[in-house]
Amino acid sequence: MRTVAPIEIAQPHEASLSASDREAVFETRGLTVSYGKAPAVSNVDLSIYRNLVTAIIGPSGCGKSTFLRSLNRMNDLVPSAKVEGEVLYHGQNIYGDGVDPVEVRRRIGMVFQKPNPFPKSIYDNVAWGLRVLGMKDDLDGRVERALTQAALWDEVKDRLKKGAFGLSGGQQQRLCLARAIAVEPDVVLLDEPASALDPIATSKIEDLMHELKNDYTLVIVTHNMQQAARVADLTAFFTLERTEEGGHGVLVEYGETPKIFTQPADRRTEGYVTGRFG
Amino acid sequence: MATEAARFTLSPSRRTRRRKLVNFAMQGLATLAALSAVAVLALVIVSVAQRGAKALNWDFFTKTAATFGESGGGVANALVGSLVLVALATAIALPVAVLIALYVSEFAPPRIADLARLVLDVLNGLPSIIIGVFVYGLLVVGSGQAAWKGSFALAIIMLPLVARATQEVLALVPPTLREGALALGASRWRTVLGVVLPTSVGGILTGTVLAVARAAGETAPLLFTTSIVANTVTWDPRQPMLSIPLSIFQLSESPDPADHARAWALALVLLSFILVASLTARTLLARSRRKLER
Amino acid sequence: MGLTGAATLAAFLLLFGIAWKILDLSRPAISRYGFGFITHQGWDTVHRQFGALDLIWGTAITSFLALLVAAPVSIAIGLYLSELAPRGFRLIIGTLVELLAAIPSVVLGLWGILVLGPFVGAHIEPWLQRHLGFIPLFSGSPQNVGILIAVLVLTIMIVPICSSICRELFLSVPSELEEGAMALGATRWEMVRGVVLPYTRSGVSAALILGLGRAVGEAIAVSMVIGAGFGIHWSLFATGDTLASKIANQYQSADTDILRSSLVYLAGILLIISLLVNLAAQVIVRRFSYQRVGGT
Repeated sequence: MRTVAPIEIAQPHEASLSASDREAVFETRGLTVSYGKAPAVSNVDLSIYRNLVTAIIGPSGCGKSTFLRSLNRMNDLVPSAKVEGEVLYHGQNIYGDGVDPVEVRRRIGMVFQKPNPFPKSIYDNVAWGLRVLGMKDDLDGRVERALTQAALWDEVKDRLKKGAFGLSGGQQQRLCLARAIAVEPDVVLLDEPASALDPIATSKIEDLMHELKNDYTLVIVTHNMQQAARVADLTAFFTLERTEEGGHGVLVEYGETPKIFTQPADRRTEGYVTGRFG
Repeated sequence: MATEAARFTLSPSRRTRRRKLVNFAMQGLATLAALSAVAVLALVIVSVAQRGAKALNWDFFTKTAATFGESGGGVANALVGSLVLVALATAIALPVAVLIALYVSEFAPPRIADLARLVLDVLNGLPSIIIGVFVYGLLVVGSGQAAWKGSFALAIIMLPLVARATQEVLALVPPTLREGALALGASRWRTVLGVVLPTSVGGILTGTVLAVARAAGETAPLLFTTSIVANTVTWDPRQPMLSIPLSIFQLSESPDPADHARAWALALVLLSFILVASLTARTLLARSRRKLER
Repeated sequence: MGLTGAATLAAFLLLFGIAWKILDLSRPAISRYGFGFITHQGWDTVHRQFGALDLIWGTAITSFLALLVAAPVSIAIGLYLSELAPRGFRLIIGTLVELLAAIPSVVLGLWGILVLGPFVGAHIEPWLQRHLGFIPLFSGSPQNVGILIAVLVLTIMIVPICSSICRELFLSVPSELEEGAMALGATRWEMVRGVVLPYTRSGVSAALILGLGRAVGEAIAVSMVIGAGFGIHWSLFATGDTLASKIANQYQSADTDILRSSLVYLAGILLIISLLVNLAAQVIVRRFSYQRVGGT
């Protein structure tokens, strides 16, 4: 198969990367999410592995965000959303009976596309989740650790009591990251976290992800292929399948990032990563 | 790996159960509050309907109050009075309010527009009894009560309501519509009269209906301007006239239960009118909004 | 332009005219009693000694107590209509709450004297006296009219206004803020408490102050249920009077100039209080909307 490599793969990946050795944090089976009658994403079978960065890429409208949000039941907040299939988190279906979305979201955090800090001080932004969830012991310490892990501590340590809106976009996004990891989740989902940021802020976020994956499992949705190539260990490519009713997203290919970008198995993947469409 | 499974369990911990309980309790309280409000509404409407229906008869609508000691009689003068008072008030308030709204949205420099809006909001918040005292001092002192003076007071109350509603609908007119007319060489006034106003008629109508509903229910402004009346039906605005709310107010002070029954019946008529008017305005509003946003 | 400008000028003049006329009509009373009027207690028509203190007290206690009850209820209803109610119910219940606002004060007053008052006097007040009678608020003998009933009626009038504004405010909270809180694993109530309420703090305050203004100025319904009492009492069961209700009660039968003028003096005090309250609300609203990105 001829090699298509228009993108530089920046880092060599370790040999112990083999995903099948690792535990599957998530396993989706036949996951279909619809808004009303129209499915947004259909029949996805995908596993997310421990302490790796998994990227979800694909053209706009192919349901990447919808898929991501179904992993922490954020779609529940949309009244017309309907979920079929299973999402197994460490073996338990998060949509099963008796499962509380509040518990799900405590373990699976999220950072959104547009930075959305609370209208509170920097300290309180991080501390709010901790207080609500009852993790009030050593609050100062926890806040500092979270901000440090988000590479924001040095920049804000002298103005913790100031409002969060005074920060730049990139800093706000790192604050949102700190807020999410302060409550010690298992997984952090990132929905195009850098798309509203400038290149310098973006690269800071990307550097962070290499560090963070030691402690958390990360799933990132991105429309930027180069970004996926830079940060992700595994990449899943979704595309839009057109039907009479419109279109819905499907998973096309999933594998180790170098392979997806240099030797994709599916024509559609090849077309996307070489920039022929999408 | 058993400990792993336990760490990632998704069934609620004790703390989460407590938080969910608090959540549930709060939702319950909020629902209770909303249902209480609806319950009060229902209580009032049911009281009025039940007690008012008893006194409704043909005489009620056609006769005026019976002479002291006799039974029977009705409230025809109050019904006619309300009609005249509110109609006259609308005739005064509507044109002035539309003019003000036009000034504020089309012609005024921004600072003056803000100030005008503030003035209208302040006028809107004034207790209606103060308006009554004002009109009394301005018009009644020395020359006696008259229906048109009461209408003047009602018009002051209606003015901010209609002006605000007109402003809101004028703001919804797409600028392209105005620009199109101006580009054809029409003057600002012709643009306003020929293009902007016609599109806004629905909203102005809605605002007027709501203001009418409000004016129909006002008592305080009329207390000093048109409350001392002869017991006849008159259509002449130079004479003082009773309105439905005034009549209710006066009848409620009487010890006679027959008067109370008439008060309930008047309340039924008034409430029915207001509820119908409010619901009509609401549907008009929804429809005109949909038309303008297309 | 001239015509519309003139109309607007007329509105300005109207506002000033109202203030001026009130001042003018109360001049005789002001020159006779001065500012001591405000602190003088008692309303003696025989000896022509008039004072506003009882009425200022009556206005203050009825309005503030009504606000005290109405505030949490309005906020709760606003939350219900914006966050909690099932979609289908929101429009219906929202409309019903707004219809409550459309009930004229005289009808509410009628219902107050003939239905609510007797009920409260026969059942609620005795119960309160039996169980909480050691508190001065609930001492005294139950009646069918009085301050408690006036407070209840005023509450019914304030709640629809405040809850409608609160609902709009809560709906305006950006959904990404709410999502951020939910994504951390918060319950709906925790999200409301941590994000929605702080975000809308000033708007809610303005709404409540507007409600207070409404209560302060209400003449008819209050005059029908408050019993036209005298003096300052601690008991809520007692009758009383407010600035607005006093004017409504006595103005028609006022036979002397000084009595009429004193009543207008009351109106002047009421006007000032009402203007202050409404201006406070407007200031908060305008400052609040500038705080938002882009303004309104």
